[in-house]
Amino acid sequence: MARSVRIDARQIHYTPLNQMIRKAVAEGITEIVIDNVLGQRFIADGLRGAGVTITINGVPGGDLGMFMSGPTLIINGNADHAPGNTMDRGCIVIHGSAGDAVAHSMRGGRVYVRDNIGYRGGIHMKQYMEKRPILVVGGSAQAFLGEYMAGGLLIVLGLNGVVPLSERGIGSGIHGGEIFVRGNVNDSILGVGAKQKPATDDEKHTIAPIVKDFASKFGLDPEPLLASDFTRISPASARPFANKYTWE
Amino acid sequence: MTIGSIPLRFRVDIDHERCMLCGRCMENCSYGVFRKDDDKIKVNSRNCVACHRCLAFCPRDAIDITEKPTDYRSHPLWTREVREAIFNQARTGKIILAGMGNALPYPVIFDRLVLDACQVTNPSIDPLREPMELRTYLGKKPSQLALRESASGDIELLTKLTPNLQIETPIMVGHMSYGAISLNAQLALAKAVSRVGTFMGTGEGGLHESLYPYQKHMIVQVASGRFGVDINYLERGTAIEIKIGQGAKPGIGGHLPGEKVCADVSCTRMIPEGSDAISPAPHHDIYSIEDLKQLVRSLKEATEWKKPVFVKIAAVHNSAAIAAGIARSSADAVVVDGFRGGTGAAPRVFRDHVGIPIEAAIASVDAKLRQQGIRNEVSLIASGGIRESADIAKVIALGADAVYIGTSALVAMGCRVCGTCYRGQCAWGIATQKPELVARLNPDEASVQVENLIHGWTLELAELMGAAGINSIESLRGNRDRLRSYMLDEALMNVLDVKSVGA
Repeated sequence: MARSVRIDARQIHYTPLNQMIRKAVAEGITEIVIDNVLGQRFIADGLRGAGVTITINGVPGGDLGMFMSGPTLIINGNADHAPGNTMDRGCIVIHGSAGDAVAHSMRGGRVYVRDNIGYRGGIHMKQYMEKRPILVVGGSAQAFLGEYMAGGLLIVLGLNGVVPLSERGIGSGIHGGEIFVRGNVNDSILGVGAKQKPATDDEKHTIAPIVKDFASKFGLDPEPLLASDFTRISPASARPFANKYTWE
Repeated sequence: MTIGSIPLRFRVDIDHERCMLCGRCMENCSYGVFRKDDDKIKVNSRNCVACHRCLAFCPRDAIDITEKPTDYRSHPLWTREVREAIFNQARTGKIILAGMGNALPYPVIFDRLVLDACQVTNPSIDPLREPMELRTYLGKKPSQLALRESASGDIELLTKLTPNLQIETPIMVGHMSYGAISLNAQLALAKAVSRVGTFMGTGEGGLHESLYPYQKHMIVQVASGRFGVDINYLERGTAIEIKIGQGAKPGIGGHLPGEKVCADVSCTRMIPEGSDAISPAPHHDIYSIEDLKQLVRSLKEATEWKKPVFVKIAAVHNSAAIAAGIARSSADAVVVDGFRGGTGAAPRVFRDHVGIPIEAAIASVDAKLRQQGIRNEVSLIASGGIRESADIAKVIALGADAVYIGTSALVAMGCRVCGTCYRGQCAWGIATQKPELVARLNPDEASVQVENLIHGWTLELAELMGAAGINSIESLRGNRDRLRSYMLDEALMNVLDVKSVGA
């Protein structure tokens, strides 16, 4: 039986709020519900604890789950900028939209956003060995998605009739990892260093478990999604800067 | 190609009378200058970078290296360097990559400043006899203290103090990452700073596990690539430094080429082996001074407000206003890196032309923080071109709390400032990841040399302070009255807030 605790975050600054969360985790509590969250930044910043689930009712501030290593955050509301910033392990599920730089420099774990995200989503995500960060966006993403991406997986589904990508700079400077977008992507919005191709059945097969997991979190039917065509955006080169320099 | 070959940069001569054909030059040269042919050492001078590894290991002093043996027709505008850069870019159409610090002959402000000494009216202090206080605390100082006297008469401090770093000498070793320099070089620096009681920076390359025993003396860096950054890394460091910019290449990021990302570097940076490690120009979660505050606080929040957070910027035109913003961000120290700061690799045009000297930057930052009444909010660390103890005394008198040294610590390990670090072939085992070259640097021996250097400079600082009648580094800090300018122009004297010699 999971031990649980409920925290009322009304009028509480982020530092004491995080202290309460850390204390609860240290005491072995695995279910934390935080009510009345209103703009508190850094929730679960640097927090460890696989098996811990924190439900956030309200709208958390920026850098949600930054440097986090293990816990799962479920947000019943929108999130501000950079949820999952430099996150290491764990999962963030956002029942709403999120701001700019979602999953910035993320190193591992998953971020699921039901609706839309702002600019620079998944920028400079990177992977190493078994650590492979995954960002799935249900709706649309703005410009510079996957910029400087060095590893990991980004999926944009364009649910509810939105155009998944319509702005420029997609994958500019990408040198690792891959981006899957449901439907077609116009070449003119690809950034320097990115290339695209229709995803093959094998490639689609690799993302199927993730799409199913995403769908299960939001009560969606995964089958129509998996039946759709996807575009796969990947690096044109693993060394985008290799030919830029000459020795003095 | 219509350019043909350009004149030799260096000519290597062997005195065959003295040469005993031991072959040490061939073994030591990592650039392929020497070969043995017909029982004679033959040379290809074109490969020489003047790292002097061969000279240092020739038992018979049989090698001579001459710089620029052939003259171009001299011209004050069309210098040799300018002409050769044009040849290079006409051939390649690329950006010229260079190493080490600024290579243009700008005047050195340090060398136009002189220090004071006591004569008759106040006595100088003999550091042999009197205690000299060189210990420095880096971090926020409260603007006031709240105290309460208990019924028993004890005094209780009510003000919550912010964590500070205690350094036994105002000399730290700046951030040179594993990747830019070798693990043996980092190990040597780590052993040295641990023994001296000071700190070194990890650079943006993560923290290799063989450095964990020295983590109490490490400042871990968070830069725009976030390489090697996770909560364990942040907790290991005694302080955390956000790198915004670097004096050698202000305004741009860094690219560690895939060739330098070997298995160990890959593990420490947490990226795949052989992939380029690209640090973008800005932090993409910092687009404003408000965002910087957010990153500072996110690092403090992640480490439960137990660690000082430094912010390093390159010295640029508006450093003073930028530093004033940083001082209001909850940061504990501002590192200002002057335009002479070293680097493993930087575009030549940035290395030589972007940024301002550390002397002017520190003086203006210190003045601005004092004007705004927030000098106590941050410590000031000066770096970029600190060559000797006199530079340290002068920059402290201009307002710094402490310095970072980089190039001088490498020179203490054998570096000859050949400026070819970007090739990854360092014959001294410092700026390379090739195992056979790295093995040349014995970390224990090199650490003693770095320790000796810091110790020698610390003794000299104590002597300089004693001669000026100062027995505590705090009395030297910002004490511009103990400096005089020698042949600096009035505008610069106003920036530095120093008088002329004789005044």
